[in-house]
Amino acid sequence: MKVAVVQFPGSNADWDALHTVRDVVGAHAWYAFHKNTSLGDADAVVIPGGFSYGDYLRAGAIAGFSPIVSSIREFAGRGGPVLGICNGFQILTEMGLLPGALTRNAHLRFECRDIHLRVESDGPFTDMGQGTVLKLPIAHADGRYHTTDAGLAELERHGQVAFRYCTRRGDAPNGTDANPNGSVSDIAGVYNRDKNVLGMMPHPERASEPLLGNDDGLTLFQSLQRHLGLQ
Amino acid sequence: MSTPANFPGEPESSPKIAREFGLSEEEWERVLSTLARQPSYAELGVISVMWSEHCSYKSSRVHLGRLPTTGPQVVQGPGENAGAVDIGDGFCAVFKMESHNHPSYIEPYQGAATGVGGILRDVFTMGARPVASLNSLRFGRPDHPKTPHLLKGVVAGIGGYGNCIGVPTVGGEVQFDPSYDGNILVNAFTVGIAKTDDLFFGVAEGVGNPIIYVGAKTGRDGIHGATMASAEFGEETDSKLPTVQVGDPFMEKLLLEACLEIFATDCLSGVQDMGAAGLTSSSVEMADRAGNGIELDLDAIPRRTKALSPYEMLLSESQERMLMVAKEGREQEVFDICAKWDLDASIVGRVTDTGRFVCKATPGYDPFDGTGAPDPIVVVDLPVDLLTNAAPKYDRPQQSRAEHASIVTMIGDAPDDLGAELLQLIGSPNIGSRAWIWRQYDHIVRDGTVIRPGEGDAAVIRVFCEDESGMREKYLAVSSDCNGRHVELDPFGGAAMAVAECTRNIVCVGGKPLGLTDCLNFGNPEVPEQMWRFAQAIDGLAAACSALDTPVVSGNVSLYNETDGNAILPTPTVAVVGQLEDPEHRLGLGFVREGDVIAHLGRPSRGVLGGSEWLVQRAGRVTGAPVGIDLEAEAALQHAVLEIARAKLLHSAHDISDGGFAVCLAEACIAHGHGASVSLPADEDAPAHALLFSEEPSRIIVSLPASNVGAVGEICARYGVPFAKIGIVTGDTLAIDGACEVPVEELAERHGRALDGIVT
Repeated sequence: MKVAVVQFPGSNADWDALHTVRDVVGAHAWYAFHKNTSLGDADAVVIPGGFSYGDYLRAGAIAGFSPIVSSIREFAGRGGPVLGICNGFQILTEMGLLPGALTRNAHLRFECRDIHLRVESDGPFTDMGQGTVLKLPIAHADGRYHTTDAGLAELERHGQVAFRYCTRRGDAPNGTDANPNGSVSDIAGVYNRDKNVLGMMPHPERASEPLLGNDDGLTLFQSLQRHLGLQ
Repeated sequence: MSTPANFPGEPESSPKIAREFGLSEEEWERVLSTLARQPSYAELGVISVMWSEHCSYKSSRVHLGRLPTTGPQVVQGPGENAGAVDIGDGFCAVFKMESHNHPSYIEPYQGAATGVGGILRDVFTMGARPVASLNSLRFGRPDHPKTPHLLKGVVAGIGGYGNCIGVPTVGGEVQFDPSYDGNILVNAFTVGIAKTDDLFFGVAEGVGNPIIYVGAKTGRDGIHGATMASAEFGEETDSKLPTVQVGDPFMEKLLLEACLEIFATDCLSGVQDMGAAGLTSSSVEMADRAGNGIELDLDAIPRRTKALSPYEMLLSESQERMLMVAKEGREQEVFDICAKWDLDASIVGRVTDTGRFVCKATPGYDPFDGTGAPDPIVVVDLPVDLLTNAAPKYDRPQQSRAEHASIVTMIGDAPDDLGAELLQLIGSPNIGSRAWIWRQYDHIVRDGTVIRPGEGDAAVIRVFCEDESGMREKYLAVSSDCNGRHVELDPFGGAAMAVAECTRNIVCVGGKPLGLTDCLNFGNPEVPEQMWRFAQAIDGLAAACSALDTPVVSGNVSLYNETDGNAILPTPTVAVVGQLEDPEHRLGLGFVREGDVIAHLGRPSRGVLGGSEWLVQRAGRVTGAPVGIDLEAEAALQHAVLEIARAKLLHSAHDISDGGFAVCLAEACIAHGHGASVSLPADEDAPAHALLFSEEPSRIIVSLPASNVGAVGEICARYGVPFAKIGIVTGDTLAIDGACEVPVEELAERHGRALDGIVT
């Protein structure tokens, strides 16, 4: 598997993504710098977490106009798998590749902790089966997913909700802090209509090794390998 | 040598201005006699800031020399931007701690944020990539009206900066005490990793080499910040707002990546960040270390505001700026890398052989709006030595505390319900969970946090060390500690206890302590009793660092932590970096398996309650007989525990510190929801409450499989460390024989809500 990890000047989980994809999953991986216009011959693209261009304006807003973006758009347009994690998710919504928007957490604080999420939809990154419960860490201030009622109905109709926050046992949060940021309908990740682009707030690349106390995140990358017919 | 002209629009220097700038009458006289002329206004600014306590260490320098700073593992001791210790295979850990107390009290978010930014720059200036941060915080009493605002602002500021730049904040400590009501403490620590052969230093080497300014443009923020940090607070504190800087972590991220890339090209001969006293101290210190001079062309300084005077440019503490000395002819490489990262860079001066700090500027010329043409005059011409080695140095008078010799033993009245006492203690702001704080810090970015906040006595991080031969993973343990209450009762013993607790925390997670950095927060050094506390604490730190083989490699002194004459508790915060040979040696603090044996290592309690949280809550003040510390016994305990951890004989280890024995056990139970049934070890006949809540040092609670008891006992015996089986991990209550039985769920609930009263 060959993976391009997009590197904006303020990306800070770029190393997390590169390390996991390359050293843990065993893929060939490299950084695609934001001033470049090529992703190389990648099989998949990861847009990592961070603060792209400082994000003082709005998370991901400026990144949506950077030189590398046209090649991401082109790659996604021909069905290439793209995973946006945290800031990567924010950038994908700003680019218009994913519906909805990420706003400030309901409690207005940055929050870093382990949460649980339930797989809601099959796709290139999620072949582990609907209803599978994963434990993954979050680390964000702007992770409250928002879309209109119509947008939500649209997502449901096309099976685009990839993950929902849930309790340890897989139950709906029901207003508890199992939903850590106030996301509408407890949404933690969404696919595009064609299901080749996934955006998610939790960090699978920070939970892919037993040494870090948790390797649930590895299942997403293994799913991707299977999708690409590489495992 | 020329007599500098007074810049148009700037006043003549005078004794009055000198006083406003923080110079004493004698110091003003000394300036006049050394220069044999009146200084220009800009020169007076430069002198006063370099002679400030913050930059010159004038009250502390005579004492700091007593700290042990050498050892086979020391790569870089004090005197550089940060210290460094060897971690094997040609790599070193580079670290330092610094205070940002005064700015954080005035503007908590920006004060704390720029404190983090400053310490990060100190570390990456050495050529190290920062890999983890800690912070040590002190606030006033929990119910002080300003405490919620200050706590929320400081925590958000630390998170805002560290989270954005992508360095995990993996731990720290916080204490609330009325002595910090008007003067909070924000001490920030960062550790980074570098190749030992590629360390960079703050030296202006090579006469004729260009000085390159990189990073944010200069504004009027933070002018005279270092002088502000060297004075007490009074009623006019709020008017000092303009001396606080504003941080831009994104700019710092660009600076970090650009610097590391520039360093790798080997086109620099020196580099220093512009921290306290900005352009002045960075150029003067670099010139001083190389024995050279520096000439600056102030017309070329990148700026973001009109009509900056030489005085303002020299003293601005605008953040995220670096001063580099390039090798002549290789400037373009610096410019190219800066362009890649969208950073400004310009040549602003040259290294000279004059030993003087010379600055030139053109009256009426402002590159910002293009008025006038450069035709500079000399505005500063001072010997570098006057600003560094020849700065004032005082051996200030000391006076031991009057009542010190006559402190009575105080154990408090025996309470009826010890379970209720424990619940009260575990739920109080000084003891309970800090999750509200560390959840606001990204503590896992960089994929290396192996022991997270709250999981162990120290944080453990995996660091990636890459060279020509490939990538190696190494494991560091980091902790910061100090309990000012014990230092208040006994400056020598309390300071030694801070070091001992910090290194004990490192061995409790399976690491070997390698080196220490300190941040010495004290009151007004001109008050003899405060000076005595400082001097005693230095001796305590020195004794403990020697006994525990942990040299001091960097540090910072913050004096004048007083408001309206009320000094803070003496707070010599320390942070220690250790290393694990193997990640499988790591230990958490919580009980993990039903049926495990619980054992007590070290001399059991004598029931001395002095300085303990329990007694402070009871008495309403810091009181009681000092608990003292036996450094030889401490060293033996730490050696034994490290050997036991490395033999993988334990399931958990947690040292007894704030709150005492009962709190230590409660925390070990709460971590994974296990109960425990134990007896109460005692060395002397003391009441149960004193044995439960005493904060005597040099004790560790461990859990282990029953089959390992013999082997652990044997290692303890070999080191002469008392070892006692005191109970087992069982059930869902914490039952302490003859004292109390409390459901773990109830302990956890109280523990988890400890900060609610302040933050909600």
